[in-house]
Amino acid sequence: MTELGTMRVKSGLAEMLKGGVIMDVTTAEQARIAEEAGAVAVMALERVPADIRREGGVARMADPTKIREIQEAVTIPVMAKARIGHFVEAQVLEALEVDYVDESEVLTPADEEHHIDKWAFNVPFVCGCRDIGEALRRISEGAAMIRTKGEAGTGDIVNAVRHMRSVFGAIRRLQTLSGDELYAEAKELRAPLELVRWVAENGRLPVVTFTAGGIATPADAALCMQLGADGVFVGSGIFKSADPSTMAKAIVEATTNFRDAEILARVSEGLGEPMRGLSAAGLAPDELLEARGW
Amino acid sequence: MAEPLRIGVLAVQGDVREHATMLQDAGAEVVEVRRPQELDGLDGLVLPGGESTAIGRLVRLAGLEEPLRAFRGPVFGTCAGLILLARAASDGVPGQPLLGLLDVAVRRNGYGRQVASFEADLDLAGEAEPLRGVFIRAPRITERGPGVEVLAALDGDPVLVQEGRILAASFHPELAGDGRVHERFLEIVREESCVGA
Repeated sequence: MTELGTMRVKSGLAEMLKGGVIMDVTTAEQARIAEEAGAVAVMALERVPADIRREGGVARMADPTKIREIQEAVTIPVMAKARIGHFVEAQVLEALEVDYVDESEVLTPADEEHHIDKWAFNVPFVCGCRDIGEALRRISEGAAMIRTKGEAGTGDIVNAVRHMRSVFGAIRRLQTLSGDELYAEAKELRAPLELVRWVAENGRLPVVTFTAGGIATPADAALCMQLGADGVFVGSGIFKSADPSTMAKAIVEATTNFRDAEILARVSEGLGEPMRGLSAAGLAPDELLEARGW
Repeated sequence: MAEPLRIGVLAVQGDVREHATMLQDAGAEVVEVRRPQELDGLDGLVLPGGESTAIGRLVRLAGLEEPLRAFRGPVFGTCAGLILLARAASDGVPGQPLLGLLDVAVRRNGYGRQVASFEADLDLAGEAEPLRGVFIRAPRITERGPGVEVLAALDGDPVLVQEGRILAASFHPELAGDGRVHERFLEIVREESCVGA
Protein backbone atom coordinates (compact mmCIF):
# COMPACT_ATOMS: atom_id res chain seq x y z
CA MET A 1 0.00 0.00 0.00
CA THR A 2 1.29 3.44 -0.91
CA GLU A 3 0.88 6.18 1.68
CA LEU A 4 1.53 9.90 1.31
CA GLY A 5 2.31 12.37 4.07
CA THR A 6 3.17 9.91 6.84
CA MET A 7 5.12 11.28 9.80
CA ARG A 8 8.09 9.20 8.61
CA VAL A 9 8.01 10.85 5.20
CA LYS A 10 7.57 14.32 6.73
CA SER A 11 10.24 14.07 9.42
CA GLY A 12 12.40 12.09 6.98
CA LEU A 13 12.92 15.12 4.75
CA ALA A 14 14.21 17.03 7.79
CA GLU A 15 16.62 14.14 8.47
CA MET A 16 18.03 14.66 4.96
CA LEU A 17 18.67 18.34 5.71
CA LYS A 18 20.80 17.62 8.79
CA GLY A 19 24.23 19.18 8.89
CA GLY A 20 23.05 21.74 6.38
CA VAL A 21 22.16 25.41 6.01
CA ILE A 22 18.69 26.66 5.03
CA MET A 23 18.82 30.17 3.60
CA ASP A 24 16.21 32.92 3.37
CA VAL A 25 15.88 34.21 -0.22
CA THR A 26 13.62 36.83 -1.79
CA THR A 27 14.41 36.40 -5.51
CA ALA A 28 15.22 33.65 -8.01
CA GLU A 29 18.73 35.09 -8.32
CA GLN A 30 19.31 34.82 -4.55
CA ALA A 31 17.92 31.27 -4.61
CA ARG A 32 20.47 30.29 -7.25
CA ILE A 33 23.28 31.85 -5.21
CA ALA A 34 22.11 29.85 -2.18
CA GLU A 35 21.93 26.58 -4.13
CA GLU A 36 25.31 27.17 -5.70
CA ALA A 37 26.79 27.84 -2.25
CA GLY A 38 25.55 24.45 -1.01
CA ALA A 39 22.35 25.37 0.85
CA VAL A 40 20.22 22.26 1.59
CA ALA A 41 17.00 24.27 1.15
CA VAL A 42 15.78 27.82 0.70
CA MET A 43 13.03 29.74 2.48
CA ALA A 44 11.07 31.79 -0.07
CA LEU A 45 10.13 35.20 1.35
CA GLU A 46 9.07 38.64 0.15
CA ARG A 47 11.18 40.39 2.76
CA VAL A 48 13.94 39.05 4.99
CA PRO A 49 13.27 39.42 8.74
CA ALA A 50 15.58 42.47 9.06
CA ASP A 51 13.40 44.33 6.54
CA ILE A 52 10.15 43.13 8.14
CA ARG A 53 11.46 44.50 11.42
CA ARG A 54 12.51 47.83 9.89
CA GLU A 55 9.45 48.41 7.71
CA GLY A 56 6.82 47.20 10.16
CA GLY A 57 3.20 46.61 9.10
CA VAL A 58 1.52 43.21 8.90
CA ALA A 59 3.82 40.47 7.60
CA ARG A 60 2.00 37.73 5.66
CA MET A 61 2.64 34.67 3.52
CA ALA A 62 4.63 35.51 0.36
CA ASP A 63 2.87 36.10 -2.97
CA PRO A 64 2.51 32.76 -4.83
CA THR A 65 4.19 34.33 -7.87
CA LYS A 66 7.30 34.86 -5.75
CA ILE A 67 7.23 31.28 -4.48
CA ARG A 68 6.77 29.83 -7.98
CA GLU A 69 9.62 31.93 -9.31
CA ILE A 70 11.92 30.53 -6.64
CA GLN A 71 10.67 26.94 -7.13
CA GLU A 72 11.51 27.21 -10.81
CA ALA A 73 14.98 28.59 -10.12
CA VAL A 74 16.34 25.76 -7.94
CA THR A 75 16.25 21.98 -7.50
CA ILE A 76 16.70 21.95 -3.70
CA PRO A 77 13.65 21.99 -1.37
CA VAL A 78 11.74 25.26 -1.17
CA MET A 79 10.14 26.22 2.13
CA ALA A 80 7.74 29.09 2.79
CA LYS A 81 6.28 30.76 5.86
CA ALA A 82 2.68 30.86 7.04
CA ARG A 83 1.43 33.02 9.91
CA ILE A 84 0.97 31.25 13.25
CA GLY A 85 -2.53 29.76 13.27
CA HIS A 86 -3.27 30.76 9.65
CA PHE A 87 -4.23 27.36 8.34
CA VAL A 88 -5.52 28.77 5.06
CA GLU A 89 -2.13 30.26 4.22
CA ALA A 90 -0.79 26.76 4.91
CA GLN A 91 -3.41 25.25 2.58
CA VAL A 92 -2.31 27.66 -0.13
CA LEU A 93 1.35 26.77 0.39
CA GLU A 94 0.49 23.07 0.22
CA ALA A 95 -1.37 23.65 -3.05
CA LEU A 96 1.74 25.42 -4.38
CA GLU A 97 3.68 22.24 -3.46
CA VAL A 98 6.23 23.92 -1.25
CA ASP A 99 8.37 21.25 0.40
CA TYR A 100 8.03 22.54 3.99
CA VAL A 101 5.80 25.12 5.69
CA ASP A 102 7.37 27.23 8.44
CA GLU A 103 4.63 28.30 10.88
CA SER A 104 6.62 31.32 11.82
CA GLU A 105 6.71 34.02 14.49
CA VAL A 106 8.54 36.21 11.97
CA LEU A 107 5.15 36.84 10.33
CA THR A 108 2.33 38.56 12.21
CA PRO A 109 0.34 35.89 14.10
CA ALA A 110 -3.18 35.19 12.87
CA ASP A 111 -4.40 33.39 16.00
CA GLU A 112 -3.58 34.31 19.59
CA GLU A 113 -4.39 30.91 21.02
CA HIS A 114 -4.19 28.11 18.45
CA HIS A 115 -1.40 26.95 16.23
CA ILE A 116 -2.19 25.14 12.97
CA ASP A 117 -3.34 21.52 13.27
CA LYS A 118 -0.41 20.21 11.29
CA TRP A 119 -1.63 16.59 11.23
CA ALA A 120 -4.29 17.72 8.74
CA PHE A 121 -1.67 18.32 6.02
CA ASN A 122 0.50 16.23 3.67
CA VAL A 123 3.10 18.97 3.56
CA PRO A 124 5.44 18.88 6.59
CA PHE A 125 5.79 21.78 9.04
CA VAL A 126 8.70 23.29 10.93
CA CYS A 127 7.90 25.38 14.02
CA GLY A 128 9.88 27.60 16.35
CA CYS A 129 10.42 27.15 20.08
CA ARG A 130 12.16 28.84 22.98
CA ASP A 131 12.07 25.88 25.36
CA ILE A 132 11.34 22.18 25.41
CA GLY A 133 7.70 22.54 26.45
CA GLU A 134 6.99 24.74 23.44
CA ALA A 135 8.87 22.29 21.17
CA LEU A 136 6.85 19.31 22.40
CA ARG A 137 3.55 21.18 22.10
CA ARG A 138 4.37 21.91 18.45
CA ILE A 139 5.35 18.27 17.86
CA SER A 140 2.07 17.13 19.43
CA GLU A 141 0.29 19.36 16.89
CA GLY A 142 2.16 17.55 14.10
CA ALA A 143 5.34 19.56 13.52
CA ALA A 144 7.89 17.33 11.75
CA MET A 145 10.87 19.58 12.44
CA ILE A 146 11.72 22.10 15.16
CA ARG A 147 13.92 25.16 15.13
CA THR A 148 14.85 27.19 18.15
CA LYS A 149 13.62 30.73 17.52
CA GLY A 150 16.42 33.09 18.41
CA GLU A 151 15.55 36.67 17.51
CA ALA A 152 15.11 36.92 13.76
CA GLY A 153 16.42 39.90 11.81
CA THR A 154 18.90 41.06 14.45
CA GLY A 155 22.17 39.36 13.52
CA ASP A 156 22.57 38.92 17.30
CA ILE A 157 23.10 35.28 18.30
CA VAL A 158 22.35 35.70 22.01
CA ASN A 159 18.69 34.68 21.96
CA ALA A 160 19.41 31.66 19.76
CA VAL A 161 22.01 30.56 22.28
CA ARG A 162 19.58 31.06 25.17
CA HIS A 163 16.93 28.95 23.43
CA MET A 164 19.35 26.16 22.52
CA ARG A 165 20.77 26.10 26.05
CA SER A 166 17.21 25.89 27.32
CA VAL A 167 16.12 23.05 25.01
CA PHE A 168 19.29 20.94 25.09
CA GLY A 169 19.80 21.54 28.83
CA ALA A 170 16.22 20.43 29.52
CA ILE A 171 16.80 17.25 27.50
CA ARG A 172 19.84 16.38 29.62
CA ARG A 173 17.87 17.08 32.80
CA LEU A 174 14.94 14.90 31.69
CA GLN A 175 17.36 12.00 31.26
CA THR A 176 18.22 12.20 34.96
CA LEU A 177 14.62 11.96 36.18
CA SER A 178 13.03 8.70 37.32
CA GLY A 179 9.93 7.38 35.59
CA ASP A 180 7.57 8.52 38.34
CA GLU A 181 8.98 12.05 38.24
CA LEU A 182 8.09 12.46 34.57
CA TYR A 183 4.34 12.87 35.27
CA ALA A 184 4.84 16.05 37.28
CA GLU A 185 7.51 17.19 34.82
CA ALA A 186 5.13 16.81 31.86
CA LYS A 187 2.56 18.88 33.73
CA GLU A 188 5.16 21.51 34.51
CA LEU A 189 6.31 21.63 30.86
CA ARG A 190 2.69 21.65 29.61
CA ALA A 191 3.67 18.89 27.21
CA PRO A 192 2.24 15.41 26.50
CA LEU A 193 3.62 12.73 28.83
CA GLU A 194 4.39 10.31 25.97
CA LEU A 195 6.64 12.88 24.28
CA VAL A 196 8.34 13.79 27.56
CA ARG A 197 9.01 10.11 28.17
CA TRP A 198 10.38 9.64 24.63
CA VAL A 199 12.83 12.52 25.13
CA ALA A 200 13.92 11.18 28.53
CA GLU A 201 14.62 7.77 26.99
CA ASN A 202 16.28 8.92 23.76
CA GLY A 203 18.13 12.05 24.82
CA ARG A 204 16.90 14.20 21.95
CA LEU A 205 13.69 15.63 20.50
CA PRO A 206 11.74 13.13 18.38
CA VAL A 207 12.25 15.36 15.31
CA VAL A 208 15.24 17.11 13.78
CA THR A 209 16.13 20.33 15.63
CA PHE A 210 17.68 23.25 13.80
CA THR A 211 18.58 26.71 15.11
CA ALA A 212 17.40 30.04 13.72
CA GLY A 213 17.39 33.72 14.52
CA GLY A 214 20.52 35.87 14.60
CA ILE A 215 23.14 33.75 12.79
CA ALA A 216 25.38 36.19 10.88
CA THR A 217 28.85 34.58 10.62
CA PRO A 218 30.45 31.15 10.03
CA ALA A 219 31.48 31.14 13.70
CA ASP A 220 27.85 31.73 14.74
CA ALA A 221 26.79 28.71 12.69
CA ALA A 222 29.53 26.50 14.16
CA LEU A 223 28.60 27.69 17.67
CA CYS A 224 25.02 26.50 17.11
CA MET A 225 26.26 23.14 15.81
CA GLN A 226 28.60 22.66 18.77
CA LEU A 227 25.76 23.47 21.17
CA GLY A 228 23.79 20.58 19.64
CA ALA A 229 21.78 21.90 16.68
CA ASP A 230 21.22 19.51 13.75
CA GLY A 231 21.61 22.40 11.27
CA VAL A 232 20.98 26.12 10.88
CA PHE A 233 18.57 28.57 9.29
CA VAL A 234 20.23 31.78 8.15
CA GLY A 235 17.84 34.61 7.43
CA SER A 236 19.06 38.14 6.96
CA GLY A 237 22.67 37.12 7.72
CA ILE A 238 23.51 36.19 4.14
CA PHE A 239 21.76 38.63 1.84
CA LYS A 240 22.27 41.57 4.23
CA SER A 241 26.03 40.98 4.26
CA ALA A 242 28.46 42.79 1.93
CA ASP A 243 29.26 39.69 -0.17
CA PRO A 244 26.36 37.22 0.02
CA SER A 245 27.83 34.46 -2.18
CA THR A 246 31.08 34.31 -0.22
CA MET A 247 29.26 34.52 3.12
CA ALA A 248 26.85 31.76 2.07
CA LYS A 249 29.69 29.42 1.05
CA ALA A 250 31.60 30.16 4.24
CA ILE A 251 28.59 29.42 6.46
CA VAL A 252 27.95 26.13 4.62
CA GLU A 253 31.56 25.01 5.07
CA ALA A 254 31.56 26.08 8.73
CA THR A 255 28.36 24.12 9.42
CA THR A 256 29.87 20.89 8.06
CA ASN A 257 33.26 21.38 9.73
CA PHE A 258 31.90 22.89 12.93
CA ARG A 259 34.54 21.31 15.17
CA ASP A 260 37.52 22.10 12.97
CA ALA A 261 38.86 25.48 14.16
CA GLU A 262 41.44 25.63 11.36
CA ILE A 263 38.76 25.41 8.70
CA LEU A 264 36.62 27.88 10.66
CA ALA A 265 39.53 30.34 10.72
CA ARG A 266 40.11 29.95 6.98
CA VAL A 267 36.47 30.44 5.98
CA SER A 268 36.06 33.41 8.35
CA GLU A 269 38.77 35.36 6.53
CA GLY A 270 38.01 38.24 4.21
CA LEU A 271 34.23 37.91 4.21
CA GLY A 272 33.58 41.64 4.10
CA GLU A 273 31.11 43.26 6.43
CA PRO A 274 28.56 40.89 7.98
CA MET A 275 25.03 42.23 8.40
CA ARG A 276 25.14 45.33 10.60
CA GLY A 277 22.55 43.97 13.01
CA LEU A 278 21.07 45.29 16.20
CA SER A 279 21.44 44.16 19.77
CA ALA A 280 18.55 41.94 20.86
CA ALA A 281 18.95 43.24 24.42
CA GLY A 282 18.16 46.74 23.16
CA LEU A 283 14.75 45.75 21.76
CA ALA A 284 11.58 46.75 23.61
CA PRO A 285 9.48 43.76 24.76
CA ASP A 286 6.84 44.45 22.09
CA GLU A 287 9.54 44.39 19.40
CA LEU A 288 10.58 40.81 20.22
CA LEU A 289 9.41 38.26 17.65
CA GLU A 290 10.37 35.32 19.86
CA ALA A 291 7.46 35.98 22.23
CA ARG A 292 4.96 35.15 19.46
CA GLY A 293 3.65 31.57 19.73
CA TRP A 294 2.47 29.75 22.85
CA MET B 1 35.23 -13.70 17.06
CA ALA B 2 36.38 -11.83 13.96
CA GLU B 3 37.16 -8.13 14.10
CA PRO B 4 34.06 -6.02 13.39
CA LEU B 5 33.85 -4.60 9.86
CA ARG B 6 34.94 -0.96 9.64
CA ILE B 7 32.37 0.94 7.61
CA GLY B 8 32.76 4.59 6.73
CA VAL B 9 29.75 6.91 6.41
CA LEU B 10 30.31 10.03 4.30
CA ALA B 11 29.46 12.71 6.88
CA VAL B 12 29.55 16.05 5.08
CA GLN B 13 25.74 16.41 5.27
CA GLY B 14 22.61 14.26 5.49
CA ASP B 15 21.18 11.39 7.52
CA VAL B 16 24.51 10.08 8.77
CA ARG B 17 23.19 9.16 12.23
CA GLU B 18 20.47 6.85 10.86
CA HIS B 19 22.95 4.89 8.75
CA ALA B 20 25.42 4.72 11.64
CA THR B 21 22.73 3.29 13.91
CA MET B 22 21.73 0.62 11.38
CA LEU B 23 25.35 -0.39 10.81
CA GLN B 24 26.16 -0.50 14.52
CA ASP B 25 23.03 -2.56 15.21
CA ALA B 26 24.35 -5.02 12.59
CA GLY B 27 27.66 -5.26 14.46
CA ALA B 28 29.86 -2.96 12.33
CA GLU B 29 32.22 -0.28 13.57
CA VAL B 30 31.34 3.11 12.06
CA VAL B 31 33.79 5.82 10.98
CA GLU B 32 32.53 9.27 9.93
CA VAL B 33 34.29 10.41 6.76
CA ARG B 34 34.88 14.12 6.19
CA ARG B 35 38.43 14.04 4.76
CA PRO B 36 40.30 11.77 2.33
CA GLN B 37 42.56 10.14 4.96
CA GLU B 38 39.47 8.90 6.82
CA LEU B 39 38.89 6.47 3.94
CA ASP B 40 42.06 4.57 4.87
CA GLY B 41 41.51 1.07 6.24
CA LEU B 42 37.75 0.98 5.63
CA ASP B 43 36.10 -2.31 4.61
CA GLY B 44 33.14 -0.50 3.05
CA LEU B 45 31.56 2.91 2.64
CA VAL B 46 28.02 4.32 2.88
CA LEU B 47 26.90 7.44 1.00
CA PRO B 48 23.86 8.64 2.96
CA GLY B 49 20.72 10.52 2.01
CA GLY B 50 20.84 14.30 2.03
CA GLU B 51 20.77 17.08 -0.53
CA SER B 52 22.86 15.85 -3.44
CA THR B 53 23.84 19.35 -4.60
CA ALA B 54 25.10 20.29 -1.11
CA ILE B 55 26.86 16.94 -0.63
CA GLY B 56 28.46 17.28 -4.08
CA ARG B 57 29.81 20.72 -3.32
CA LEU B 58 31.13 19.69 0.10
CA VAL B 59 32.74 16.54 -1.32
CA ARG B 60 34.59 18.67 -3.85
CA LEU B 61 35.62 21.26 -1.23
CA ALA B 62 37.01 18.53 1.02
CA GLY B 63 39.07 17.08 -1.85
CA LEU B 64 37.06 13.85 -1.58
CA GLU B 65 35.83 13.49 -5.15
CA GLU B 66 38.83 11.56 -6.55
CA PRO B 67 39.50 9.54 -3.36
CA LEU B 68 35.84 8.41 -3.36
CA ARG B 69 36.07 7.44 -7.02
CA ALA B 70 39.26 5.51 -6.29
CA PHE B 71 37.80 3.70 -3.24
CA ARG B 72 38.04 -0.02 -4.00
CA GLY B 73 35.73 -1.50 -1.34
CA PRO B 74 31.97 -1.99 -1.46
CA VAL B 75 29.86 1.18 -1.49
CA PHE B 76 26.20 1.56 -0.53
CA GLY B 77 24.33 4.75 -1.48
CA THR B 78 20.78 5.80 -0.63
CA CYS B 79 18.84 8.60 -2.36
CA ALA B 80 21.42 11.39 -2.67
CA GLY B 81 24.05 8.65 -2.33
CA LEU B 82 22.56 6.90 -5.38
CA ILE B 83 22.78 10.17 -7.34
CA LEU B 84 26.43 10.56 -6.35
CA LEU B 85 27.18 6.98 -7.50
CA ALA B 86 25.38 7.32 -10.86
CA ARG B 87 27.08 7.92 -14.21
CA ALA B 88 24.47 10.50 -15.22
CA ALA B 89 21.85 12.65 -13.47
CA SER B 90 19.22 14.82 -15.11
CA ASP B 91 17.43 17.79 -13.54
CA GLY B 92 20.50 18.48 -11.45
CA VAL B 93 22.66 21.55 -11.26
CA PRO B 94 25.47 22.04 -13.79
CA GLY B 95 28.79 20.63 -12.65
CA GLN B 96 27.32 18.50 -9.87
CA PRO B 97 29.98 15.83 -9.17
CA LEU B 98 29.04 12.25 -10.08
CA LEU B 99 31.33 9.37 -9.22
CA GLY B 100 30.17 7.14 -12.07
CA LEU B 101 30.72 3.96 -10.03
CA LEU B 102 27.27 2.60 -10.91
CA ASP B 103 26.06 2.22 -14.48
CA VAL B 104 22.69 3.95 -14.06
CA ALA B 105 21.18 7.26 -15.08
CA VAL B 106 18.86 8.95 -12.60
CA ARG B 107 16.41 11.83 -12.68
CA ARG B 108 16.62 13.96 -9.53
CA ASN B 109 13.30 14.37 -7.70
CA GLY B 110 11.95 11.92 -10.27
CA TYR B 111 8.93 11.08 -8.11
CA GLY B 112 7.99 14.74 -7.53
CA ARG B 113 8.24 17.28 -4.73
CA GLN B 114 7.83 16.59 -1.02
CA VAL B 115 4.00 16.51 -1.12
CA ALA B 116 4.38 13.49 -3.43
CA SER B 117 6.86 11.73 -1.11
CA PHE B 118 5.51 8.36 0.00
CA GLU B 119 5.96 4.98 1.65
CA ALA B 120 5.29 1.70 -0.17
CA ASP B 121 5.84 -2.02 0.35
CA LEU B 122 8.56 -3.44 -1.89
CA ASP B 123 9.22 -7.04 -2.88
CA LEU B 124 12.84 -7.74 -2.15
CA ALA B 125 14.63 -10.34 -4.32
CA GLY B 126 15.06 -13.56 -2.34
CA GLU B 127 12.85 -12.47 0.59
CA ALA B 128 9.28 -13.46 1.45
CA GLU B 129 8.54 -10.45 3.69
CA PRO B 130 8.03 -7.12 1.88
CA LEU B 131 10.30 -4.22 2.72
CA ARG B 132 8.84 -0.83 3.63
CA GLY B 133 10.35 1.74 1.27
CA VAL B 134 10.42 5.40 2.36
CA PHE B 135 10.75 7.63 -0.71
CA ILE B 136 11.58 11.28 -0.02
CA ARG B 137 11.95 13.57 -3.05
CA ALA B 138 13.49 10.42 -4.43
CA PRO B 139 15.61 10.09 -7.57
CA ARG B 140 14.18 7.83 -10.27
CA ILE B 141 16.44 5.33 -12.01
CA THR B 142 15.72 5.93 -15.71
CA GLU B 143 18.41 3.78 -17.36
CA ARG B 144 20.63 0.94 -16.26
CA GLY B 145 23.51 -0.91 -17.86
CA PRO B 146 23.49 -4.69 -18.52
CA GLY B 147 25.59 -5.42 -15.40
CA VAL B 148 23.11 -3.80 -13.03
CA GLU B 149 20.92 -6.27 -11.16
CA VAL B 150 17.49 -5.14 -9.90
CA LEU B 151 16.85 -6.29 -6.31
CA ALA B 152 13.57 -4.40 -5.91
CA ALA B 153 11.32 -2.47 -8.26
CA LEU B 154 8.27 -0.26 -7.94
CA ASP B 155 5.78 0.09 -10.80
CA GLY B 156 8.42 -1.15 -13.22
CA ASP B 157 11.21 1.20 -12.10
CA PRO B 158 14.23 -0.27 -10.30
CA VAL B 159 14.53 1.12 -6.75
CA LEU B 160 17.23 -1.15 -5.27
CA VAL B 161 20.09 -2.18 -7.53
CA GLN B 162 23.45 -3.90 -7.33
CA GLU B 163 26.39 -3.87 -9.70
CA GLY B 164 29.22 -5.95 -8.28
CA ARG B 165 30.44 -4.24 -5.11
CA ILE B 166 28.06 -1.27 -5.50
CA LEU B 167 24.60 -1.29 -3.88
CA ALA B 168 22.17 1.62 -4.22
CA ALA B 169 18.58 2.50 -3.30
CA SER B 170 16.40 5.38 -4.39
CA PHE B 171 14.59 5.07 -1.03
CA HIS B 172 15.80 5.14 2.58
CA PRO B 173 16.24 1.71 4.20
CA GLU B 174 17.90 3.58 7.09
CA LEU B 175 14.60 5.26 8.05
CA ALA B 176 12.28 2.26 8.22
CA GLY B 177 13.87 0.31 11.06
CA ASP B 178 14.31 -2.81 8.89
CA GLY B 179 17.95 -3.88 8.78
CA ARG B 180 17.80 -6.27 5.83
CA VAL B 181 19.30 -3.99 3.20
CA HIS B 182 22.17 -2.98 5.48
CA GLU B 183 22.71 -6.68 6.30
CA ARG B 184 22.90 -7.40 2.59
CA PHE B 185 25.47 -4.64 2.17
CA LEU B 186 27.59 -6.05 5.00
CA GLU B 187 27.34 -9.44 3.31
CA ILE B 188 28.82 -7.90 0.14
CA VAL B 189 31.57 -6.36 2.29
CA ARG B 190 32.36 -9.75 3.87
CA GLU B 191 32.51 -11.46 0.47
CA GLU B 192 34.75 -8.76 -0.96
CA SER B 193 37.14 -8.84 1.98
CA CYS B 194 37.48 -12.64 1.58
CA VAL B 195 38.28 -12.18 -2.11
CA GLY B 196 40.72 -9.40 -1.32
CA ALA B 197 42.45 -11.31 1.49
